[in-house]
Amino acid sequence: MTGILVLEQSLNGLQFGLMLFLLAAGLTLVFGIMDMINLAHGSIYMIGAYLIASIALASGSFWTGLALGIVATAALGALLELSVLRRLYQRDHLSQVLGTFAILLMSNEAVRWIWGSQPIALNPPSALAGPVELLPGFSYPAYRLFIIAVGLAAAGLLYLLVTRTRLGMQVRAGASNREMALAMGVDVRRLFTQVFAIGAGLCALAGGMLGPLLAVQVGMGESILILAFVVIVIGGIGSIRGALLGALLVGTVDTAGRTLIPFVFERILGPELASSAGPAVAAVLIYVLMAAVLFFKPQGLFPAHG
Amino acid sequence: MADVDSQRAKTIAAAPAPLRLQPGLLDHALYWRTCLVLLIVLVLLPVLAQVWGQGFYVGVASRILIFALAATSLNLILGFGGMVSFGHAAFVGVGAYVAGILLQHGVHSAWLALLLAFVAAAGFALLIGAISLRTRGVYFIMITLAFAQMLYFLMVSLKTYGGDDGLSLESRFKLGFGLDLSQDAMFYYLVLGVTTLVFLAVHRLLNSRFGHALQAMRENETRMAAIGFPVYRFKLMAFVLAGALAGLAGALLAHQGGFVSPSMMQWSESGMLMVMVILGGVGHLYGGLVGAMVFLVLEELLSSYTIHWQFGLGVMLLAAVMLAPNGLLSLRLRRKSP
Repeated sequence: MTGILVLEQSLNGLQFGLMLFLLAAGLTLVFGIMDMINLAHGSIYMIGAYLIASIALASGSFWTGLALGIVATAALGALLELSVLRRLYQRDHLSQVLGTFAILLMSNEAVRWIWGSQPIALNPPSALAGPVELLPGFSYPAYRLFIIAVGLAAAGLLYLLVTRTRLGMQVRAGASNREMALAMGVDVRRLFTQVFAIGAGLCALAGGMLGPLLAVQVGMGESILILAFVVIVIGGIGSIRGALLGALLVGTVDTAGRTLIPFVFERILGPELASSAGPAVAAVLIYVLMAAVLFFKPQGLFPAHG
Repeated sequence: MADVDSQRAKTIAAAPAPLRLQPGLLDHALYWRTCLVLLIVLVLLPVLAQVWGQGFYVGVASRILIFALAATSLNLILGFGGMVSFGHAAFVGVGAYVAGILLQHGVHSAWLALLLAFVAAAGFALLIGAISLRTRGVYFIMITLAFAQMLYFLMVSLKTYGGDDGLSLESRFKLGFGLDLSQDAMFYYLVLGVTTLVFLAVHRLLNSRFGHALQAMRENETRMAAIGFPVYRFKLMAFVLAGALAGLAGALLAHQGGFVSPSMMQWSESGMLMVMVILGGVGHLYGGLVGAMVFLVLEELLSSYTIHWQFGLGVMLLAAVMLAPNGLLSLRLRRKSP
């Protein structure tokens, strides 16, 4: 019984971690290469989820919605970069915070304007609706397994993109030393737009994947944005590898904490105290993890800047 | 020859050692004429509101002043100390909870509530600052955020004091001297008094040796350490003071709205305080005050026209970032020195 619980929870942790990675990858690149704090990253995730949900609803197909939604969000990301964010690169972090906070407010309100404040439903494709029996006596929702597969595939593709292509080489050069990359003739303006579009596309992918599990609603971006920031700080800013490791760490610790801590507390402290303290301690756990990592490795686990 | 000598004697005589130093880069003028006009307007505000029959706005003005106090305290570390704290709302929340918890236990004294809010917030700031100030830059931002989130979840789990739902305060605290704080105008004057005192104190502090040292550390920490200033201790002192002042604002805020909840400590609230400071002008004495006023007045105005006021607010903030790179107050300085 306990073995099955552990297996189930580690799969949940893996699934959540991989989705966090999709968000954190874009964020860490924008942060690492452009040295830009982007609070609007969560809004792109939200808009992506809304676009995918409404296209899926209109066309009747989850897959059409996913594909078109990702493309549309990537285009929107590029547009945002070209119109507003580009002007913020040269400014200090505080101006970037204010500017992207403004975008966050505007996109929240725009979404409320267009789609209303009620959460909208995004149904998983019917082929993946049921559970799958992984082991005798242990079945796991097929859709969650699919999320894990998509997350692993996206991580693999991103790895190939960063390590094996010209674009990836320029991205790595930009992350470790921007001035040097500039001097070597990298067209940084175009690179930034491309990176931003890729990041936005990954956000939309995460939004579309998580949409059927969590509600697609206004404000969904804010809570996950902070988690994504925690991930990139743990992993080391600008490092894709760090983002992957940090995301898996945060996903696992968060999921494990939410199931194990109330369970352990109930044994030690009795049910009454456990029911109130348990969830709080579990929620705090990832912040404790971040503080501990920063205490021992102030630059994160895999610092990109040499 | 003698001519040159007398010339030299004249120059020496004409340049006496300056006893009183001219205000330098690190000094911040109070602009006392502006300050006085502002104060008179603020003092007359409840009377004017009464005359025009708009008593509702006295409450709004109290709230704006309380946020001005909180934003000024954040500006002390963010603008003058160069410490970008992303968890300042936690200290506001601590102050608010101290006020709420005291009232729940039947303590009605405003003096005690304000004092304990100040002390408790200072205690938390000491703890958080002592650890956070060992990191720099983005990592400092994130670690202060982490601690604020921890406090937020701690208050969510405290079921005795309302947990997630928060705590309602059944009455306002009492000041004594026959002053009735349940009247909005009287409460407004308390807020105005506290905010004015804190503002003047911050002004004095910034122009003192401590304030100069703090600002110099913002500019070049290594150099200040090299010439023998205890950088860590000075920054920690500023951090604790800012936290304590935010706690004061929190206690006032709790009694202004009659409600305390964990959402006061959420990261979005910290972000809002930061936005106020950045909007007004980071490192300007009036930055927090102007930022809080402009932000909340805009919010009030826009929300009376449309339910989609957040969109308008976003547009205004974006325009402010693009047109006034260093906050609204920098516009004034730019005009002065072409």
